[in-house]
Amino acid sequence: MKRFLIPLALFMVLAVFLALGLNRNPSEVPSPLVGKPAPMFTLPRLDADPQAPAGTANASFSPKDMAGKVWLLNVWASWCVSCRVEHPVLVDFAKLNIAPLIGLDYKDQRADAKGWLAKFGDPYTLSVVDADGRVGIDYGVYGVPETYVIDKAGLIRFKQIGPVTNEILQTKILPLIKELQR
Amino acid sequence: MSRAGFVLSLSLALALQLASAPARANEAAPLADDPVVEQRLLVIAEEVRCLVCQNESLAGSRADLAQDLRREIRSLIKQGKTDKEVMDFLVSRYGDYVRYRPPVKPSTWLLWGGPFVLLAAGLAALVLFVRRRRGTSAALSPEEQREAAALLGEKS
Repeated sequence: MKRFLIPLALFMVLAVFLALGLNRNPSEVPSPLVGKPAPMFTLPRLDADPQAPAGTANASFSPKDMAGKVWLLNVWASWCVSCRVEHPVLVDFAKLNIAPLIGLDYKDQRADAKGWLAKFGDPYTLSVVDADGRVGIDYGVYGVPETYVIDKAGLIRFKQIGPVTNEILQTKILPLIKELQR
Repeated sequence: MSRAGFVLSLSLALALQLASAPARANEAAPLADDPVVEQRLLVIAEEVRCLVCQNESLAGSRADLAQDLRREIRSLIKQGKTDKEVMDFLVSRYGDYVRYRPPVKPSTWLLWGGPFVLLAAGLAALVLFVRRRRGTSAALSPEEQREAAALLGEKS
């Protein structure tokens, strides 16, 4: 009996490692940005006239404008299929009216983006246009949709890669927002 | 296909080829831009994982994000950044996961040391096993001797 104990123990260890490895999602890469300040940017708003001069009021948005508020940054695009899956959840979130939801329209055409919002509804407080994806790189975006929860001090507190589901909204994002707003 | 038809389709294919040649020449332009920058870009990009298609390097990937990141690295190199600074730029955004060669730090000690620990454990087990075998005498007891002889006798 005793001679089987060592192989059995080895097998158990291996099985535990494999079970852990198989249950993890390889596309979820821990973001080094959580706990760090949200990268700054100034981008034109989607609803602004692209021909308007840079200084025009309400033509652009910067995370600075959100100082002192807990807010969400959601990276989306009209070409993104998962964004359609996520969209109703964001619409529900917007109805709760508990925190501003800023959309970052990532590598998209303005006309397509506007059409998308008109067709499916616009849950965003406002959307900004990241046409060449440079701001996306600063935020470590590699798979749209992605969602960031940013606190009053401008620190990123949570990052969701892939669509926000109702479950994630209820169990993670809403409690976190309540806690941060205190 | 008739001979005439063959010649016709061949010349058509040739014509298309010629017509599309300038377009392709345009696409290739950035590569020839600055061979030194491209060489450095290639060295860095070979070390970096493309996050969209995780088993491809940034150098080999045709994903949109990979193209954007190559553009970004190119501009960083042109700004005079060192390879290490470029790598830090990527790691600060995407984490250690983008590097094919993870850095040695407490959370990766097992990763780097694991194979050597296993090798040492295997060697130790082998040494123990061999020593124990050497300890038991190779001589056969009279009964085993007889058994062996009987078996051998059967064969011959």
